[in-house]
Amino acid sequence: MATYRTCPRTGLQFDLEADKLMRWNAVAGVLWLLVGGITALLVILTRWPAIKLLPADQFYLILTAHGIDMLILWIIFFEMAVLYFASSTLLRCRLATPKVAWVQFWLMVVGGIMTNIAIFQGESSVMFTSYVPMQAAPHFYLGIILFAVGALIGCGVFFGTLVVAKREKTYTGSIPLVTFGAMTAAIIAVFTIASGAAILIPTFLWSIGLIQSIDAQLYRMVWWALGHSSQQINVAAHVSIWYLVAAVAFGAKPLSEKVSRFAFLLYILFLQLASAHHLLSDPGMSAEWKVLNTSYFMYFAVLASMIHGFTVPGAIEAAQRKKGFNNGLFEWLRKAPWGNPVFSGMFISLVGFGFIGGISGVVLGTEQINMLMHNTFYVPGHFHATVVVGTTLAFMSITYLLVPTLFKREMLFPKLCQIQPYLYGLSMIGLSLVMMGAGTLGVSRRHWDMAFSGAPFQYEWPGAAYLMMGMTGILGVIAVVGGGLWIGLVVLSLLFGKKLDGGPVSDKTVPIPDQTVAASASATGSEEHVSVPGTVVLALTLLTCFVLYYFVNWKYLSEVWGLS
Amino acid sequence: MSAILPPSERLWWKQPIAKIEWFWIAIAFVWAMIMFVMMVYWHINGKQNLSNEVYKTTPEMFAAKTEKFIKENTIRTETDQQIPVVKVPAGGEGYLMARLWNWYPILELEAGKTYKIHLSAMDYQHGFSLQPVNINIQVLPGYEHVVKMTPTKAGTYAIVCNEYCGIGHHTMLGRIYVK
Repeated sequence: MATYRTCPRTGLQFDLEADKLMRWNAVAGVLWLLVGGITALLVILTRWPAIKLLPADQFYLILTAHGIDMLILWIIFFEMAVLYFASSTLLRCRLATPKVAWVQFWLMVVGGIMTNIAIFQGESSVMFTSYVPMQAAPHFYLGIILFAVGALIGCGVFFGTLVVAKREKTYTGSIPLVTFGAMTAAIIAVFTIASGAAILIPTFLWSIGLIQSIDAQLYRMVWWALGHSSQQINVAAHVSIWYLVAAVAFGAKPLSEKVSRFAFLLYILFLQLASAHHLLSDPGMSAEWKVLNTSYFMYFAVLASMIHGFTVPGAIEAAQRKKGFNNGLFEWLRKAPWGNPVFSGMFISLVGFGFIGGISGVVLGTEQINMLMHNTFYVPGHFHATVVVGTTLAFMSITYLLVPTLFKREMLFPKLCQIQPYLYGLSMIGLSLVMMGAGTLGVSRRHWDMAFSGAPFQYEWPGAAYLMMGMTGILGVIAVVGGGLWIGLVVLSLLFGKKLDGGPVSDKTVPIPDQTVAASASATGSEEHVSVPGTVVLALTLLTCFVLYYFVNWKYLSEVWGLS
Repeated sequence: MSAILPPSERLWWKQPIAKIEWFWIAIAFVWAMIMFVMMVYWHINGKQNLSNEVYKTTPEMFAAKTEKFIKENTIRTETDQQIPVVKVPAGGEGYLMARLWNWYPILELEAGKTYKIHLSAMDYQHGFSLQPVNINIQVLPGYEHVVKMTPTKAGTYAIVCNEYCGIGHHTMLGRIYVK
């Protein structure tokens, strides 16, 4: 029999089992973020040409660990907590099969540790992508497989909880938008994990000698159905969190439910296919295949992101204008709670993801232009703007809400909490920009030595490339400080923060109390029309930057050697 | 707080769509179509498109072809390692092997002429990154990719490997001369 507590500050109701699972998953995520952050510092200090900290073998080992621990372990552990929150907490129902959910947790813990052991033993420095025929130790692949099975179980528990809520009638009508977004993330996760199984299980068998060889091109195609789709889980998850923060911080409603939800559906329908944009400079695919996959399939997903990029600030603007912040185009934004890290982090995440990550991603994913950037430092520049500024910062910002409500602790050092999203978000945006700058000048990703020591010839990168790499070092260190600050604040608050009342416990679900974070604004009826001119200006600014940058790159392309 | 709670209209697909959203969706859609047309347009009128000419091969077969090409066209050797500099016949075919950890051989081309350069990897995956031009092409074992290239300016160009290929990755630097 499930028992619940109702948080006295927010009105959110937690199934106590789900409560514990969320806390453990989130803590596991934060610990992996710590490992990922330490490895980030080592990577940065090695790529900073003036420092070049690690020898080559250690650098590649640490870089592999950084990719796996950040992109997989930190993010997916946190996403499991998000899934349980979006289902059991927001739908105010019990979590389906909590015992099975613990299998999710422990499989992911065991898998994560196993893969890390393989990496740190030194025989698996194959990078996050582990492209064949380069081979890692068998337990490198096995750990990822176990982790993925765990994540799949987590998705199953999420779907089961949706069924429980429906059957036990804990809500009427449609599920909330945030839950809907989390559901799209979970659906994409199932596809992602299936693709992962299709490639990692054969690769594991190959590593123990049961399969003779795996075609390099086939591997790349199937692997990216895992590698890119998993980023799409992140996008669906962090966009859901944007909507959640807009609702929590402003009482904002989406401009229209239909548009926002349809945009989530576009993610399910199209972005997995857009994994193809990782293969644009590959030999094995035809130009028709590349154009089809980048245009029809990817651009519908881009459309979806452009829609969210409009509707999230639009919802905030509408809510603010209703409260009377009606002067000029941007009073609603100026008078937003910039001192509240839940909001400031979310908004930096939104702007950074759209302007930097989004635009660079589409340009990078254009068939011919890809040749200017493929495998250069531009690529990690792009995805630090999407996965770090977008996903990680959104997760960090929502944590400022979760620590009091879920962990029942007050955040320590509120002034530092206020600064942290700016320190981390802005330095990470700067970092992404200089990384892309270095990539535009040709600097390679995953490369230990810009000076090519030991090579039979010399090649001198332009001075600007060294400048960009130096700035990468400086901004990267600042970003690591910003990320470390968040970890420190969260961990110290969990250990030493003032204990807060967890609220009354009962074995029955209770109705949503009025005037709380959880309270419904839906009683007021559908969103009345509020014009959002500020958001229109922001969106058109984004589009202008997008168009200019897009055509600048065609111009660059037209100047290189002829290729046909 | 409607984003975290069920919408008041009960069923989301019955909700109306705000006009301003239609406006933005239309703009975003048109922009997506323009981006689609650009790629197709560039295939018709652009001068930088990645070749579709690809053959399945094996490292042994490709190495044999490259050796034959080197034997017939070498004009000199360079460095202590006696790396052959091979002049690709004007408008002809050249071979470039990517292997741990070098690009082999050195190619010599002429500006303004078009060459068919065959690329393949002998072991791991590699990345052909021509600098400072900044053209980047994935090179895979088992695939012989025939890329038509037309150098624009005379000079000495470097081929950086930009797909991680192990501990000596950073020493994998090749060279192309354009006369």
